Amino acid sequence: MIAGSRGNGGACVEEISSLMQGFAVALTPFNLLLMAIGITLGVIIGVLPGLGGANGVAILLPLTFSMSPTSAIIMLSCIYWGALFGGAITSVLFNIPGEPWSVATTFDGHPMARQGRADEALVAAFTSSFVGAFVAVLMITFMAPIVARFALQFGPAEFFAVFFLTFASFIGMSKGSPFKVIAAMCLGFALGAVGLDKMTGTLRLTFGHDELLSGFDFLIAVIGLFGIGEILTSIEDGLKFQGAHAKMRLSSVLTTWRKLLPYWATSIRSCLVGCWMGITPGGATPASFMAYGLAKRFSPNGKNFGKGEIEGVIAPETAAHAAGTSALLPMITLGIPGSPTAAVLLGGLMIWGLQPGPMLFVEQKEFVWGLIASMYLGNIAGLIIVLTCVPLFASILRIPFAIIAPVILVVCAIGAYTVHNSMFDVWMMLVFGIIGYIFNKLEYPLAPLVLAIVLGDKAEEGFRQALLSSQGDLSIFFSNWLVGSIMGLGIVLLTWPLISGLFAMLTRRNATKLADSGAAGE
Amino acid sequence: MNMLAVIKSNSLVIGALTAAVTATAALSAPAQAWEPTKPVTFIVPAGTGGGADQMARFIQGVIAKNNLMAQPLVVVNKGGGAGAEGFLEVKKGKGEPHTLVITLSNVFTTPLGTGIPFNWTELTPVSMLALDQFVLWVNASSPYKTAAEYIEAVKAGDEKTFKMGGTGSKQEDQIITVALQRTTTPKHFTYLPYQGGGAVATQLVGGHITSSVNNPIEAVSHWKAGTLRPLCIFDAERSAYTQKITADMAWSDIPTCKESGVDVQYQMLRGIFTSPEATPEQVAYYVDLFAKVMATDDWKGFMQNGAFNQKTMSGDDFRSWLTATEDTHRTLMSEAGFLAKKATN
Repeated sequence: MIAGSRGNGGACVEEISSLMQGFAVALTPFNLLLMAIGITLGVIIGVLPGLGGANGVAILLPLTFSMSPTSAIIMLSCIYWGALFGGAITSVLFNIPGEPWSVATTFDGHPMARQGRADEALVAAFTSSFVGAFVAVLMITFMAPIVARFALQFGPAEFFAVFFLTFASFIGMSKGSPFKVIAAMCLGFALGAVGLDKMTGTLRLTFGHDELLSGFDFLIAVIGLFGIGEILTSIEDGLKFQGAHAKMRLSSVLTTWRKLLPYWATSIRSCLVGCWMGITPGGATPASFMAYGLAKRFSPNGKNFGKGEIEGVIAPETAAHAAGTSALLPMITLGIPGSPTAAVLLGGLMIWGLQPGPMLFVEQKEFVWGLIASMYLGNIAGLIIVLTCVPLFASILRIPFAIIAPVILVVCAIGAYTVHNSMFDVWMMLVFGIIGYIFNKLEYPLAPLVLAIVLGDKAEEGFRQALLSSQGDLSIFFSNWLVGSIMGLGIVLLTWPLISGLFAMLTRRNATKLADSGAAGE
Repeated sequence: MNMLAVIKSNSLVIGALTAAVTATAALSAPAQAWEPTKPVTFIVPAGTGGGADQMARFIQGVIAKNNLMAQPLVVVNKGGGAGAEGFLEVKKGKGEPHTLVITLSNVFTTPLGTGIPFNWTELTPVSMLALDQFVLWVNASSPYKTAAEYIEAVKAGDEKTFKMGGTGSKQEDQIITVALQRTTTPKHFTYLPYQGGGAVATQLVGGHITSSVNNPIEAVSHWKAGTLRPLCIFDAERSAYTQKITADMAWSDIPTCKESGVDVQYQMLRGIFTSPEATPEQVAYYVDLFAKVMATDDWKGFMQNGAFNQKTMSGDDFRSWLTATEDTHRTLMSEAGFLAKKATN
């Protein structure tokens, strides 16, 4: 279907036949078993905060050395899909994002759970994830070479422009005061700047403390701000948790699917954002934030976002999964990882004796098409596994909060420790928890803070690399159509509140003028 | 899941038991050959997915597959502060023989460049596994066919118009760039630091930089695809790998930089160290272990894929090599003004 739009019939037939061969490679009982194991492990890894997909894949990598490369990558990539699915679970149920890219899912997913609609939120999240991944795999199947060439056009200036766009879309679209958003974002930039300055190779803002060498990890901040912050808020509310009457019926899958259909436009938009960010490679995290921001802007229910709007779950999940999947494309075709997990998989390829890069499609046809086929199969298997478990996940909320809260606290602490095997991080997590609580009380948004910690140093890197290569000339950010249009879009989004205000004022003035002239004419 | 849980709990236990083991190690007489009594932590002073990480995880796989050690080897990434986090961790574990660290050039460059209180002499050297090569690459569509031509073009061009991309800042890639600038005086490169070698190679293919000094494994696929061209290799001799990579060239066909009239040499250490104050028996055990790893066919294949220089050494040879190499780094880095100002702490 997508193939038709490419207007290159001959090549498509070839790709489809290669894909069929790929299915033949992937569809052995042993590989199917590995797929199921991989998805299950991945979901568990995704649920546990701190133990991200990258860590999970890295730990299990040595197990795969005795397998054939195709079986090995099928299992490891299925862990990756599983982690992508699993990240949503704790976001929805406990407001704790298991993975960076599920932060945006908490905004509406968790309020839904509090309203007793946890099952609906989970089904929406899983289904959207699947849709995003499926579209991305279709793109990988039929457009890999074209897309790879597009990715080559991204230099430092283009990278900065993408991050600028993400930040701008946040400031321009926030519900509350834009100044609070900017304040939170600036704090995030400051925290993100601690550690090694990658551009000069010197330490900054560490004040001679060895613990600060590696800076503030995003995961620690997220576990603290969201997880611990949420628990503190709940304790203040008297340990009440409004999710206990969550339904436990499998039929909710079908009813939710029916509700999802009207949001096809949001899905398509999120898929596009996700694929684009996955390839460039901005990654799944900015993709999820950007898709959420756009959905909020374009949705007729935009005002209800943050209060349990199902569209606010669909948008970030679709984009995150689309980005996570398409991040494998630059890895296969160019040898650059689009995400930390892809970086580990890339290491795996080399260990198995495969050289990622432009020649992989030519030299290792069986492997590449086996991998692509396993992307289809792995995501279908993943969807079935997680959907059947929705009642189980939702029923966790039936456990009294007084019991579940300490468990969450322990899991968070272990998660924080796991990131760098360091006790210091556990203390930092508690500090972030208190910050999160204070932010909630003062109604400062957490998301811009988190976004700035994740993307701040990457944006800085792009900015400084670009200026180094232009020798300080700022016009590099408008030096070609690609970077110019991304930057232009960013500036429009950034100043949107001003522009729309101005626009409204102008039309009002025109209207009065017209009315005046009309009155004069009479 | 079980596997995961076991590995996790093991790494938790390691920290807790450090003190206890230090005490017992001092008491037990080193009469018979030493062997690890609990899981060995293998620290990678870099992030996941990079060259050191790949090698560490490959070694972990080889050891597990061939049953070379009774206890498991657990790879832990501690890449904060350009690897400082990992080195300080090993330094802290004085007399704890169940810790290994794989080093790259950052064992020299990180303390020199950042001023963190660490020096390689504070660890116990085990073995040099190999030396990683560096090759000068340009985009295949550029007019430069030899290193000499390229250097002439840099000299003739405007100041800083030639962009050299590399991994990290004040690390091996930038050190090579600075050394190259001795031959381009009075002109300089603009050095652009990136996060990883794969990204550097891709930026070169995309034409965002004019040259790079990528390791062979980072750029080989682009070479095969005909988008990058190797100009010279920064080694004293040509590579030993004669198998054809492209239609008409093997690694051994790339001239050394010296024979192209660009007298710069640089290779990167891929070596193993253990904690301070390890006993000779403990070091001997690990030297033997890595000798077994290096004897496997898997290892030889890995070396060939990455076109590594398979020089290995241990003991006094290794120490004197380390001393000499550290001096080279200090000289190059002080010339470039990369040395950290005397640390305040």
